[in-house]
Amino acid sequence: MELFLMTLVTGIMVGGIYALIALGWVVIYKCSGVLNLAMGELTLIGAYVSWWLYSTGIPFVVCVFLTIIIGIILGILTERIFLDRLIGQPLLSVIMVTVGLSFFFRGTAMFIWGPSTKTFHPPVFPQESIHVGMLSITPVFFWSFLVVIGLLIALVAFFKYTRWGLSMQATADDETAALSLGVSVRFVYAASWSIAFITAGIGGALLANINGLNINIAHLGLVVLPAVIFGGLNSIPGAIVGGIVIGILENMTGTYLTQIVPGGIKTIVPFIFLVIFMMFRPHGLWGWVRIERV
Amino acid sequence: MDQNGSILNIQNIEVRYHEVILALKGVSVSVQRGRVVALLGANGAGKSTTLKAVSGLLATEDGKVTDGSIEYEGRRIHNSHAADIAKQGIIQVIEGRKVFEHLSVEDNLKVGAHLRKSGSVKDGLDLVYHYFPRLYDKRGETAGFISGGEQQMLVVGRALMTEPKLLLLDEPSMGLAPMLIQEIFSIIHKLNEEEKITILLVEQNAKLALTVSSYAYILENGRIVMDDYSDKLWENEDIKDFYLGLSDKGGKSFRNIKHYKRKKRWLT
Repeated sequence: MELFLMTLVTGIMVGGIYALIALGWVVIYKCSGVLNLAMGELTLIGAYVSWWLYSTGIPFVVCVFLTIIIGIILGILTERIFLDRLIGQPLLSVIMVTVGLSFFFRGTAMFIWGPSTKTFHPPVFPQESIHVGMLSITPVFFWSFLVVIGLLIALVAFFKYTRWGLSMQATADDETAALSLGVSVRFVYAASWSIAFITAGIGGALLANINGLNINIAHLGLVVLPAVIFGGLNSIPGAIVGGIVIGILENMTGTYLTQIVPGGIKTIVPFIFLVIFMMFRPHGLWGWVRIERV
Repeated sequence: MDQNGSILNIQNIEVRYHEVILALKGVSVSVQRGRVVALLGANGAGKSTTLKAVSGLLATEDGKVTDGSIEYEGRRIHNSHAADIAKQGIIQVIEGRKVFEHLSVEDNLKVGAHLRKSGSVKDGLDLVYHYFPRLYDKRGETAGFISGGEQQMLVVGRALMTEPKLLLLDEPSMGLAPMLIQEIFSIIHKLNEEEKITILLVEQNAKLALTVSSYAYILENGRIVMDDYSDKLWENEDIKDFYLGLSDKGGKSFRNIKHYKRKKRWLT
């Protein structure tokens, strides 16, 4: 029983980080209809930037804030340099550009920081477990989860209550109509990529604290994909729930199934689950079904 | 029409899609401040293209103004970014009732408010609800599920939220019941009279368009073939035949050779 609860709690907490990265994915898809295949590499860049800042002796909290600012700058640059000239072009070309971007970012990270595994030194979070009732939680997970919850609330509030958030939702719904009302599509693209850089960056920084940091963190983009599709490609609550569900699934199989079926079962199960789920709900949990009028 | 006091001056523009397809072959339109000007013509004549050339939305369809000029209050605006043009007060209401389907009615209106310079969002909402009381009743509902007439009201109301100086209306009557068309056109008339909004109107329904406008242009195959004050066009024999379906001699036989000859005369 205790093992089950522990696995569940850890699953939820890792899932929170997945949710954060999934959210970046959803925001870009929502606003521009583009499946951003460079999401894993955005995570990579964010993780390396925060590690590099931390290694110069800056406190971790400040590192996170700087990562956010650098994320915004990178988002704007990506829009200006790569995406601006693609407005009005077919979506598929834009998606192919994100593939190109993923190689570009990965190459850049390799070039600057090299292939060896980095760790945050000295460790950011204390090593002793926190005891809640009969559970003992590793502080890294606990604090990550708090950061994730805070960011998720901030982002949901941004979309719901600010003028910019509303413009972004409108653009997601009908780009031409939004443009006709003076909503700047360039701004919306830049904002959505900035948000993706921020969520991926912080998610990456937290995961690097848990597992150490090397080029493999880019695979997270793929790990998060089931969460995104499970929740529905354009649903923010869907991304959050999807991330947590995938986190739990992964940890559960890690704890219980790995003994029976050794090997990479942990990473495969979310995808198997996804395939079965999609048979019943092809739009995901809360994805948009186009409103058809008769 | 004299050129003084015109808010918008389109001079001999040529528009190409994909750098090949020539959609407008020299169109000149002048819109005077505070008036309603109508663009009439059959499908594919180039009416919507003209509006999109003004609002800058051509770029989203890979179209471009390749010759001529568009001046708004003395400034050249053609081929600027659509968002910049909208900021100057030119707002296009796209045809086909493009509401933001997944947002509520009020959120749709609030998107329009993001350009407002003077006054609060609330003032804007009050103004829209004053002209479209029906939208007030539906304000909490998802825009994708309200009726077609209400959606048309919503897109006009949404444009009104931006405090436009020049409203480009693209076929507000499309696919609506006659009663609703009457209602929407009377509101358009009121907006022009009371809010002093200049309107450039594209319509298939020539009768309605000539009633509400003071000047009208007739487009065919990407060219202006005729323009005059609306009441004069109303009296014109050719217009009566081809656009209004009115004729002194009762029903018109379409087998009549003369019909084609008379139509040809415009196309030179």
